[in-house]
Amino acid sequence: MTGSLSRIAAVFIKEVTQLRRDRLTFAMMVLIPVMQLLLFGYAINTDPRKLPTAVVDLDGSQFSRSFLSAMQETGYFEMDRQPRSEKELDDLFLAGKVQFGVQIPPNFGRDIMRGENPALLVIADATDPSASGNAIAALQQLPARVFTRDLQGAGHIRDGAKPPFELRLHRRYNPTGETSFNIVPGLMGTILTLTMLLFTGLSVTREVERGTMETLLSLPIRPVEIMLGKIAPYVVVGAIQMTIILSAGFLLFGVPLAGSLPLLLVLTTLFICANLAVGYTFSTIATSQLQAMQMSFFFFLPSMLLSGFMFPFRGMPEWAQWIGEVLPLTHFLRIIRGIMLKGAGFGDLATEIAAVAAFTLVAMTIAVMRFRQTLD
Amino acid sequence: MNAVAARKPDAPGIVIDVEGLTKSFGGRTVVKNVTMQVRRGLIYGFLGPNGSGKTTTIRMLTGLLTPDSGHGTCLGYDILTQSTEIKRHVGYMTQRFSLYTDLSIRENLEFVARVHGMPDPRGATQDAIARLGLENRASQLAGELSGGWKQRLALGACILPSPKLLLLDEPTAGVDPQARREFWDEIHHLAHEGVTVLVSTHYMDEAERCHEIAYIAYGELLTRGTVEEVVAQSGLTTYTVTGGDLTALADELQKKPGVDQVAPFGVELHVSGRDRKRLDAAIAPYRAKNTKAWRQSEPTLEDVFIELMSRSRDNFG
Repeated sequence: MTGSLSRIAAVFIKEVTQLRRDRLTFAMMVLIPVMQLLLFGYAINTDPRKLPTAVVDLDGSQFSRSFLSAMQETGYFEMDRQPRSEKELDDLFLAGKVQFGVQIPPNFGRDIMRGENPALLVIADATDPSASGNAIAALQQLPARVFTRDLQGAGHIRDGAKPPFELRLHRRYNPTGETSFNIVPGLMGTILTLTMLLFTGLSVTREVERGTMETLLSLPIRPVEIMLGKIAPYVVVGAIQMTIILSAGFLLFGVPLAGSLPLLLVLTTLFICANLAVGYTFSTIATSQLQAMQMSFFFFLPSMLLSGFMFPFRGMPEWAQWIGEVLPLTHFLRIIRGIMLKGAGFGDLATEIAAVAAFTLVAMTIAVMRFRQTLD
Repeated sequence: MNAVAARKPDAPGIVIDVEGLTKSFGGRTVVKNVTMQVRRGLIYGFLGPNGSGKTTTIRMLTGLLTPDSGHGTCLGYDILTQSTEIKRHVGYMTQRFSLYTDLSIRENLEFVARVHGMPDPRGATQDAIARLGLENRASQLAGELSGGWKQRLALGACILPSPKLLLLDEPTAGVDPQARREFWDEIHHLAHEGVTVLVSTHYMDEAERCHEIAYIAYGELLTRGTVEEVVAQSGLTTYTVTGGDLTALADELQKKPGVDQVAPFGVELHVSGRDRKRLDAAIAPYRAKNTKAWRQSEPTLEDVFIELMSRSRDNFG
């Protein structure tokens, strides 16, 4: 029994000694929990407010103005866009620039005064039902009480009567509010991020740890050639995963495909390359496979939490949104949800595509520069 | 062929020509001011104890390490700026087996052939397998091979692209005598075909198989030349003693001034000294006893190297 204890102690002491020697791992063990707690604790907010809202006010009366200001007062809406036409409004939705659109018909105020119960249209981008849920709930409170002051003494409104206008809510892109329509495309991005990172995250450190790097470096081959050769097979693996997830999305979850399938495939491949490039970059920086794994994890967690996959992107404070904007998953989620649910095209997604492409290029450049061509 | 145009017009037949190579790691100088020249078609032995800087020097020759100071050429290419060309024409065999253990012999060789852009990697691989006698093992994973076969595979990978220069870093460490013999036969064949071979080792018998040798210790190149030249340059006087209790004699002689080295070789004892007069004086009382047979002999290469090492330690250690 005592013999066993001393052997356990021997291994224990060896492990602690090795752990202390690996400074980066040690720092990560202490810093990661604290950093992540602070980061995500402050960043995540499941009740997003100040959602971008476009207003098409064809009435311009006192009533339309007080409806809009009542909307603003709920805190959920930020009316910062005034598209001039319905087409312009649609484009804003397709590009994901607005979450809500309000259309006030002409003669809205006059019809209220006449007691004709006019209808007012609010369009919600329902691709992420949870992101707009609270805002919609707040919106639905409005008709009953918004005009009580305006109509005082007009005699039109009596207690218990029905509201002076009808609020028509149009849940665009996902009228039944299926959560899976939002989750499944998001999962594709998340799963690809994780698997692609792990594939290439170890590729260079493995060569170093096994000693094969010396042979590789003594051969007439350039770092960029090594990188592209190492990444290429996993692009194919990623394409297979993409096919499986998409098929499951269509067959099992009934996720619609409103846009172009070829565009989706091409852009998903671009996204796969982005993640492979990040993983490869980590593996050129890390000195051991353990470090590379930790770095991958360090990248994956914010990708999951700050990209808009788990929590509404617009609910996060601005600084967290900036972090999110750096991550390729954030842009890919907009791309894939845009194509599958909204039928967005290349033009609508140009900014997001450029972001993913730029990210890939930067990651690859860093990887090639970081790749040590000598053993110095 | 810009690469060819960029080559310096090297001295005829000089393959490696470096001057003042110095390299340190973390403040510790591993290679100090190494200057060497190796002629085409020679087998050049690079000798020295462990940690003497052999590997570091070889890595600087291939461009895998950048020297802190010094300059030179390898096959006429500048080691500081033209490592890509050097890698194209040099076969470097690492001290530790560094091919892919999870690839078979054939797959490893094909990989090397493809990286070198050989026109027919499969055919070239097949030829190399035949030349090295690896036919029966071609599909075996490299990781499953014994030390001797691994070494043979590593050599095969080096010579596959027909390099003009081979840099072999302790290629025979941990390999049995027969495999070593075969290995050296192959090296001599290659040299005969015009390949220059720089081979590092710490086996003395292998040093004698080289056309020329250089000895490095504590990062400094201490001597170079043919084996005979190196022995002659050492200025060492050696006596071989036989008969009786040599261990007791060895212990006594070790302490005498003028005796620099006492080394048992089976039933013989080698007693050496730098200064012939002092050595003779020191051993005179023992010779006078006439209990043992004393005979002046040529110092062996090992005697010379151990002497060089201890002298170098006195100066720099």
